Amino acid sequence: MQKAHNLKEYREELHETLENDFLRTSLDNFAIAYRTNRANIFKDIDVRGLIQEVAASKDAAAQNSEALFKEFKKNAEAAGVHVHFAKDGEEANRIITKIAKDADCKKIVKSKSMTAEETLLNHDLEDAGIEVTETDLGEWIIQLRHEGPSHMVMPAIHLSRYQVGDLFTEVTGKKQDTEIEKLVKVARRELRQKYVEADMGISGANFAIAETGGIGIVTNEGNARLVTTLPRVHVALMGIDKLLPNLRDALRILKVLPRNATVQNLTSYVTWITGNNECLAAEDGKKEIHYVVLDNGRSELIKDPVFSQINRCVRCGACANVCPVYRLVGGHKMGHIYIGAIGLILTYFFHGKEKAKNLVQNCINCEACKDVCAGGIDLPRLIKEVHARIQDEDGHPLPSLLLGKVLRNRKLFHTLLRTAKWGQKPVAEKDGFIRHLPMIFSKEHKFRALPTIAETPFRDWWKENRPQVDNPKYRVALFSGCVQDFVYPEQMQAAVDVFAANGVAMEFPEKQSCCGLPVQMMGETKASRDVAAQNLRAFEPDAYDYIVTLCASCAAHLKHNYPKLVMDKPSLKLRADAFSAKIIDYSSFVNDVLKVEAKDFTQTGEKATYHAPCHLCRGLDVHEAPRQLIEKSGLEYVECAEEEVCCGFGGTFSMKFPELSAELLKKKLDNVEATGADTLLTDCPGCIMQLRGGLKRRGSKVQVKHVAEVMSKNKK
Amino acid sequence: MPSKEDLYQLFVEKAELVAAKVTSIASEDDALKYVINLCGEKEACQLLVSGCEADLSDKAEALCDTKQKKVIAAPGLNEDLYKKLAAQAKKAGFECIDKGMRDHLAGVDIGFTYAEYGIADTGTLMLDCPGEEMRLATMVSEFHVCVLPKSKIKANTYAVEKMMLTRMKKTPDYLAFITGPSRTADIERVLALGVHGPLELHILLLED
Repeated sequence: MQKAHNLKEYREELHETLENDFLRTSLDNFAIAYRTNRANIFKDIDVRGLIQEVAASKDAAAQNSEALFKEFKKNAEAAGVHVHFAKDGEEANRIITKIAKDADCKKIVKSKSMTAEETLLNHDLEDAGIEVTETDLGEWIIQLRHEGPSHMVMPAIHLSRYQVGDLFTEVTGKKQDTEIEKLVKVARRELRQKYVEADMGISGANFAIAETGGIGIVTNEGNARLVTTLPRVHVALMGIDKLLPNLRDALRILKVLPRNATVQNLTSYVTWITGNNECLAAEDGKKEIHYVVLDNGRSELIKDPVFSQINRCVRCGACANVCPVYRLVGGHKMGHIYIGAIGLILTYFFHGKEKAKNLVQNCINCEACKDVCAGGIDLPRLIKEVHARIQDEDGHPLPSLLLGKVLRNRKLFHTLLRTAKWGQKPVAEKDGFIRHLPMIFSKEHKFRALPTIAETPFRDWWKENRPQVDNPKYRVALFSGCVQDFVYPEQMQAAVDVFAANGVAMEFPEKQSCCGLPVQMMGETKASRDVAAQNLRAFEPDAYDYIVTLCASCAAHLKHNYPKLVMDKPSLKLRADAFSAKIIDYSSFVNDVLKVEAKDFTQTGEKATYHAPCHLCRGLDVHEAPRQLIEKSGLEYVECAEEEVCCGFGGTFSMKFPELSAELLKKKLDNVEATGADTLLTDCPGCIMQLRGGLKRRGSKVQVKHVAEVMSKNKK
Repeated sequence: MPSKEDLYQLFVEKAELVAAKVTSIASEDDALKYVINLCGEKEACQLLVSGCEADLSDKAEALCDTKQKKVIAAPGLNEDLYKKLAAQAKKAGFECIDKGMRDHLAGVDIGFTYAEYGIADTGTLMLDCPGEEMRLATMVSEFHVCVLPKSKIKANTYAVEKMMLTRMKKTPDYLAFITGPSRTADIERVLALGVHGPLELHILLLED
């Protein structure tokens, strides 16, 4: 559970978990195994199509939730079930406590329910003098330790067998082994007597099916079947997001949920309960069943044009499984009660601004979660939206306000960059790095060297050197982004060289500025919109076949976010649509459009490995083009482990969370060095800044270059 | 459309992938023989999943004392088959029950059932068990042995949707998909079989 009051305290908490070796190792192993296993389990399935179907059916259910609830209630009641509606967690807990009191229940067994975690149900029941026992093994363990879950599907993933062994020794009063098989058996027997004694069972529900008035529960251990069978009273607590019109929709979600969560084709048990079943412990032989359907802000969310898609979440936890930040710090720090990417968002809506304000900044925007989400939710975008909303409510911090102000004024911004070139003179080394970091960077930033501002920005070089291309095959506009314009102009120059040789006529619209992603990342929505409008006005999309950018982050932002940012300005929206349709990244343009061939490059056979920028592989779904170009340009491509995992740059993220950025970079560079390649290529100047700076600090011999640079160098 | 034989092969492959033990049998008599043999092979009066050697709290230990004899629970069988099973069990010295599961919550050795359908693409058994005895027999048993007639194997869950709806609409209903034995990976993500439910799932595929 997140307790920090400010970002500083939050960072201290993060620091503690970074030192937890067990956690780090187990999350690492998990993340790597998950990626491979998931690819295998979906190999014969059209996963994109399935996710789209799930998204569409969940969206429809959200829009129809009131009617669905009515139908669900009617059918459930006709089958002998009591249905309650709770507007918030407090009311849900009150209803459930009253059910327990009225039915004279003293002991409760629970099957795992995230919704009950959300409402902190156990506290209220215990305050009412009722004994509550969690029966899911992981939940029981964390209950005994008085902790919250650290993963939605594997709540005790942060604990070792030794910790569990000690805990069980305490619980049973007998010395316990640390063999997992044995610990599981002990839990089985200890919990069996709890089922026998309980008068009431509480479960969650994965599906609430309107057409039958029944529920579906997905488990592996089978505890849900015992919890819903043995005690004479059963209460199922579920959010309105679990409502579905029919069984077909539930079966569809069932195709993606276990595969995405634990990489299983199906869990051991799926339990479908409809109506008040036989219960031989009840006086009349019928179980007393209550469904408590919880709103707690969900109906507001459903009405929100931006956030309604949150309703698609099926609680598979996959967003945590792939999150590089979660992998470093675990669920207790990457969430409040709900964890991972979805947790950052839900925390704001279910548990409030205070709990969410620090968490929500801890997203590196690598889009791994969006890529894997069972409901196709645009999680990174929503996280940024929450961040922006909190800043709008709380006031914007000075650095983000300043950056916003600067970026909105292109001339001021570029003047500042030009001035910085002179300001850095005393600390600049000849090798292009700054010798001593300025005072404002504390020691946490020492993990990488920072580059100096270039002598001549690309825009000035362009004025003097723009090539003349006769009879062009294509007309393109170049979008440089600030880093390549002012720090690495040689990357742009290399691209211009290859383009000119392939019959491409180029324009460099001078009024272009920063793409605006940095201010968007800092929650400065207004500034981000203004910058977008400025760039849209600078380009005349109809005049070019393509708008090419060598920065993956700029490309993804220009392509996907610009039309959204100007949605409320009809004339600009049309321009943004045309603009975004023309955006293409360097590798796709050169490989797929220009179709360069190996014979045009000197084959050196030098070994090169690759880092796939997040916004290229996931943001633009480009995978093969850069790797093919590496081979075509005469190098031998050697695959790097975890090639598509974030390098830890994340723009402003690396300034805000240097410790996390450093750890992500360390992993990345270890993998790079293990390939034995001398050259590391990539497609994004931000990644280059991070990777080059880190390798420089390590004293490594590996050279980092943009793919464009080797192409220009080896061009015959 | 996949052929019956393809579905059968796929079912076996997927069920074995999740640690179910699949055996083909020619007749119901074979099923009874299988159950009696399996019960005989089990160590005497031992709750394998707990292991009598496990150190438990006194209260949990006490539950273990309620079990003194090997027990086969087979609620929901047709009368003739149950009679045959009960007779064979008696001969072998086992207790055979078709009700009163609540007196056996410490665990029974074998739960013996019939599945309604099999789902090939996940190796899943579909059991409708609105009756409590059947639910408990499939949960508190150490080994669950389930007969599945080959003709009842369907391609995927969509193919059983109509059947499910028919049952669900005749409320109350309690329907289960069972795929392999009970399992957890909650401690260090290490797979362990048999947490709250059976340690082993034996599927007997009946030629019909």
